[in-house]
Amino acid sequence: MNIHEYQAKEIFRRYGIPTPKGIPAFDAAAAKEAAAKLIAETGNEVVVVKAQIHAGGRGKAGGVKVVKGAEAAGTVAKDLLGKTLVTPQTGPEGKVVQRLYVEQGLAIDKELYLALTVDREKKRVAIMASTEGGVDIEEVAHEHPEKIHKVWIDPAVGLQGYQIRQLAFALGLSKNAQKGFAKLLSGIATMFDKEDCSIAEINPMIVTKDEQVIALDGKVNFDSNGEFRHPEWADLRDLSEEAATETEAKEAGLSFIQLDGNIGCLVNGAGLAMSTMDTIQHFGGQPANFLDVGGGATQEAVTKAFRIILRSESVKGIFVNIFGGIMKCDIIANAVIAATKELGLTVPLVVRLEGTNVELGKKILAESGLNITPADDMASGAQKIVELVGKA
Amino acid sequence: MSILVGKDTKLIVQGITGSAGTFHAGQCQDYGTKLVGGVTPGRGGSTWKNPSGKGECPVFDTVREAKEKTGANASVIFVPPPFAADAILEAIDAELELAVVITEGIPVMDMMRVRRVIDSTKTKTRVIGPNCPGIITPGGHCKIGIMPGHIHRPGRIGIVSKSGTLTYEAVFQVTNLGLGQSTAVGIGGDPINGTDFIDVLAKFQEDPETDAVIFIGEIGGNAEELAAAWMKDNFTKPAAGFIAGRTAPPGKRMGHAGAIISGGQGTAEAKIEALEAAGVKVAPTPSDMGKTLASMLK
Repeated sequence: MNIHEYQAKEIFRRYGIPTPKGIPAFDAAAAKEAAAKLIAETGNEVVVVKAQIHAGGRGKAGGVKVVKGAEAAGTVAKDLLGKTLVTPQTGPEGKVVQRLYVEQGLAIDKELYLALTVDREKKRVAIMASTEGGVDIEEVAHEHPEKIHKVWIDPAVGLQGYQIRQLAFALGLSKNAQKGFAKLLSGIATMFDKEDCSIAEINPMIVTKDEQVIALDGKVNFDSNGEFRHPEWADLRDLSEEAATETEAKEAGLSFIQLDGNIGCLVNGAGLAMSTMDTIQHFGGQPANFLDVGGGATQEAVTKAFRIILRSESVKGIFVNIFGGIMKCDIIANAVIAATKELGLTVPLVVRLEGTNVELGKKILAESGLNITPADDMASGAQKIVELVGKA
Repeated sequence: MSILVGKDTKLIVQGITGSAGTFHAGQCQDYGTKLVGGVTPGRGGSTWKNPSGKGECPVFDTVREAKEKTGANASVIFVPPPFAADAILEAIDAELELAVVITEGIPVMDMMRVRRVIDSTKTKTRVIGPNCPGIITPGGHCKIGIMPGHIHRPGRIGIVSKSGTLTYEAVFQVTNLGLGQSTAVGIGGDPINGTDFIDVLAKFQEDPETDAVIFIGEIGGNAEELAAAWMKDNFTKPAAGFIAGRTAPPGKRMGHAGAIISGGQGTAEAKIEALEAAGVKVAPTPSDMGKTLASMLK
């Protein structure tokens, strides 16, 4: 789960991680007011107006503006709000700016990079730090891997002082800056654990001219599996950043991802759902979605899933691919019938059923009178739906 | 004729009185698994009854007690995510030989701590999963998990997979080819799990009753690449494979918590290339896994 920079920084502050003073603003007047307040507090005319979208690369895309004075802040805010930002992380369609964050300007001496992630190979949280801050870190990792310094947190004992020193020396920090860095790093390591993060990134982490170490940016992703112990996440979600269909599916306990193609897929199991997409493409078609109804879904949830696919205008054909283990084939068959009765079926439908209660499922579909093309296995089913959609 | 589980496995079910636990405990028992007990804290002293009416077993409050009273050597865990890490650690503490974790949705920070215990103490327990279908040895009538038992048949093909339903695909194809399985192991689709591909492949390599292997991976992480590198030097049996997610968009979690391409890492292409370099024949579609393996066995 993604959150905005201003929300990440609120969490940072709770863990003692220094951040610039800042105020979120959802319209131009609020942005102007926020800027005036910050200027009055800091005595510095320079403020930064930052677009809040769930994607990195905002600076290069024109989503971060440094201005002087509250009036100017209001003007750039008006300009940014409603604008579509296209960054390498948004995809070509970009993201519309609906929220802003206004921050005090700071005198930057150095721009560094800091990130914490789950290292799956080491089975630990990895801390990565680099002197090459403020730029695309993937490029640095690729061209100058020696410039990225890493330590791994042992979950039994937590982050140790020697590890903080290792990184501080590798970053060439002054004695004063080392103290601030130690505080920031301890804070973010604790935060990562307690808040069930999957990514926490500060790019850039700056050293100011007066040797303070501050999180100038903040990106936090949560591990969705931790949701049950974080009821506060519900308030951090920005539904406008999520595809409406994906939210609807999630609420029904389904895993759904919208894609660009025209063949709707309804599958049980993540691996099978992914490889159903792969197989459709293998035969020259394009999947419209990833959909895993899971093992224990009820008939209502599967009906909802089928409804989401049927409603989509881009869908020109549907492939239902089920290998029933826990999921019973008759539940799928009944759900397909329930959803099509309600919404009608105007596109070709290929159904492949296998596994638990397969005969019953096939019988229910055969007796339904629906125009269904049955398939014996996944590959032939994918081939059939690609052909049928091609002809339509 | 198998790895990890067989006719000598005596199973307890942690979370046996929950709806998933009771249903699947029944299914496992009906398949022939020696189900000797269940654990639900607070329900000790009661008797669990198989919904099929074909059996029952005693329920205990703790895993230790269940082991002492029944001689159990394996556990399957159906405990919900908030309590699952605790349940795994309890199985490890009781020194069971095997704990199979079916639970989906365990926070990665919890699994990180569990894995730390698995790796660094004198742990006697092999943990499989979480978020997996389990493990089955058809010849030993031992099914520990949620897979449909009837698609399996005893044989000499080992299967190891991150995905449940793709394992069923592979099993079904192998069965239809008349070959059958020695053991099929689902290691699960979470970012941090208890048993890696290499652990299972090493056991298949040593098992005289396994002739060949089907290896099913998916996007995300680099477990497949590590396994491929290991196989190059250590694995001598024929192996066919499949990697799911060739067409998955980067940055999106594809159902499994671990199935995500991030920062250009964990792509299907890199995994397929690594497997092929290790002599694994990668099937073009999941429907060809069985055929691909059969072509190597002639």
